[in-house]
Amino acid sequence: MRLRLTAGMVKDEAIDRVETLSGQSILACYQCGRCSAGCPVVEEMDIIPSEVIRLLQLGQIDEVLSSKTIWTCASCLQCASRCPKGVEFSSICDALRAIVLRIRLATPKVDADGLTKVMMSDAPQMGVVGALRKLNG
Amino acid sequence: MEERIGVFVCHCGTNIAGVVDVKRVAEELADYPGVAYSTDYTYMCSDPGQNLVKDAIKKHNLTGVIVAACSPTLHEATFRRAGMTAGMNQYQVEIANIREQCSWVHQGDKEAATSKAIRTIKVMIEKARLDEALEPISVPMTPRALVVGGGIAGIQAALDVANAGHEVILVEKSASIGGHMAQLSETFPTLDCSQCIMTPKMVEVAQHPKIRLMTYSEVDDVSGYVGNFKVKIRKKAAYVNRDVCTGCGLCVEKCPAKTPSEFDEQLADRKAIYTPFPQAVPNKPVLDAEHCTYFLKDGKCGICAKVCPLDCIDYEQKDEFIEEEVGAIIVATGYDLYPIENLGEYGGGKYADVITSLQFERMLSASGPTGGEVLRPSDGEVPSEVVFLTCCGSRDTENHLPYCSKICCMYLTKHAMLYRHKVHDGQAYVFYMDVRTGGKGYEEFYTRAAEEDDVLYIRGKVSKIFEEDGRVMVWGVDTLSGRKIEIAADMAVLGLATVPNEAAAKLASMLKIHTDEWGFLSEAHPKLRPVESLTPGFYLAGSAQGPKDIPESVAQASAAASKVAALFAETEYHREPVIAVIDEDTCAGCRVCISVCPYDAAEFDDEKKVARIKEAICEGCGACIAACPSGSAQQKNLTDEQLYKMVSAALEV
Repeated sequence: MRLRLTAGMVKDEAIDRVETLSGQSILACYQCGRCSAGCPVVEEMDIIPSEVIRLLQLGQIDEVLSSKTIWTCASCLQCASRCPKGVEFSSICDALRAIVLRIRLATPKVDADGLTKVMMSDAPQMGVVGALRKLNG
Repeated sequence: MEERIGVFVCHCGTNIAGVVDVKRVAEELADYPGVAYSTDYTYMCSDPGQNLVKDAIKKHNLTGVIVAACSPTLHEATFRRAGMTAGMNQYQVEIANIREQCSWVHQGDKEAATSKAIRTIKVMIEKARLDEALEPISVPMTPRALVVGGGIAGIQAALDVANAGHEVILVEKSASIGGHMAQLSETFPTLDCSQCIMTPKMVEVAQHPKIRLMTYSEVDDVSGYVGNFKVKIRKKAAYVNRDVCTGCGLCVEKCPAKTPSEFDEQLADRKAIYTPFPQAVPNKPVLDAEHCTYFLKDGKCGICAKVCPLDCIDYEQKDEFIEEEVGAIIVATGYDLYPIENLGEYGGGKYADVITSLQFERMLSASGPTGGEVLRPSDGEVPSEVVFLTCCGSRDTENHLPYCSKICCMYLTKHAMLYRHKVHDGQAYVFYMDVRTGGKGYEEFYTRAAEEDDVLYIRGKVSKIFEEDGRVMVWGVDTLSGRKIEIAADMAVLGLATVPNEAAAKLASMLKIHTDEWGFLSEAHPKLRPVESLTPGFYLAGSAQGPKDIPESVAQASAAASKVAALFAETEYHREPVIAVIDEDTCAGCRVCISVCPYDAAEFDDEKKVARIKEAICEGCGACIAACPSGSAQQKNLTDEQLYKMVSAALEV
């Protein structure tokens, strides 16, 4: 399949949002790949960090939002410390996760009201908070 | 007199000594017949090394010196000067190359390298035995330069030579000086207007008392040699008496015949009688007979002649030939774009909205056919998406040209940026293989295009462009993401490869100066003599020598001018005396030498019926010597006898 590029895709609203939320310039990246080369968890990612940015440059945000990569990033900042263009990939990941979570907010996965007292007392407190935060946004 | 030859073996650090057993070489050669002294030293070219040679010459009363070291192109002059200061004739100092042609290429076999070094030195000893004391040939110098080509390189070279106090003849084939730079809109990386920075130089050329400007003229013939060239310049018939013409422009205004303008890259028409652009120098029209109604329809028209208030139009004007003597020639013939017709996959020129980079320059230029607006050629609409393609013909060994055209990455970046400045909501895409921004402020310029002007760079070469629904469909790939890309653009701009100007090839063969296989003029040394031709007296400037941007062209032009100024600083020029000589007693007058000489240095003496070599012209190439059936032609210090003994030494027979 050919990817039909259009002006609207390159200056997509969603990409703008990523830039606003992350404070990073997507077009500043010149694809040297240093972020991917140094990432300690890159093996666990389905799309490597530099390619995530490239896909954003090409307006392919949906593909990025459904990737495993944005949840794998541990925000260790290895990438940001070495980026020659000052792009913080971890901040971009933060923004992408926030976007996903806000989409999910509309459709909560955990029914907070339906949690029983037994569940509340047995489950670790952090687990409950994490489940609500990550799955319900 | 018995020969007393000195052998000096250089270690060149480990360059030679790391492979060749230099001690053994020096020892073995000490016993060779004729050798009076033999030694080795770490760096023979250093001051102590040279002193070693000088002292030995005096102490041992040497008649010949062999320095076994690097290539003679590097230090022959050094040791000849050293020999001279010690009282020797410089042409009896010889170099045996045991580095480039021995140690560097035989690193794996030290024994063989050592034995080859010994033989190489023996060869030069045999030569030195019969070397005669020669003196350089002095020829008079005409301190006047010819500059061929009136683009920015030619303009700069002419101004610099003239400002050094020497006369210059600047020959330009078109009606105005300015070249391609005059066509450009703005220039990278500062975006200053090309004409604004160039026209002051053009005016300076026209007003300079030392510069004789000959536009609409071509060099027809060149003979002679450094310091003493005779050039024949053809002043093409302009059918306008340009000495009287004031450039009022009435003839141009009234002329009814139109033809596509070369200056506007065919995007607009010009008249048959025309001044190429508003700031032309000289600002006087020429008449192009090929498109003139008067010439095409047997005298039916003549409007220009009728309206000219000064009676400048002269339909009977003929080409005029002017002969001049000059001492040096600077070749600045410039470049052309690789023909768009050669790129069939991009439409080969048949799509109106797929244009060349120079066409886009004209479109961006305030004085251009659209008054500086970016408009689709097909319908005059403002394009909302434009694709820029680098490497159109460049870096393609299989189908087009193998070299990088060097300027395209930068000018297409500039194009994309200027397009965005003019069409604020437009989208610019640049397909590239590598973005090459080697220059001061260039990388920053490229970064600015990507980050501030939202130019999307896509890494991949476009495979195909075709028309669909009134748009130009561009098929490429983004190798960074592995995605195949398709863009339905309004316009595409091709960064066509840079090729030498068509006129340059013809000129190069007439001037007998070397070109590379693509027709770019060859420099004498790629690093250390980048502005001279191998043929003495010829200098190179600008993109005739290879793709170059404006600052590089200007720098090379100034460099060439300084070489010319240095040449003109002496009233005589000294040439190498290692040239051919003909023995009049044995010459049968067959004239074979005259027919093979590429420099026209051999002539026939009608009285004595023998051939003779003009020593001021002979380059010592040896063609006549090889061709002479009676062996009457001999090279000084490379006679048949010397060659025979050298070969014998090499073969150890």
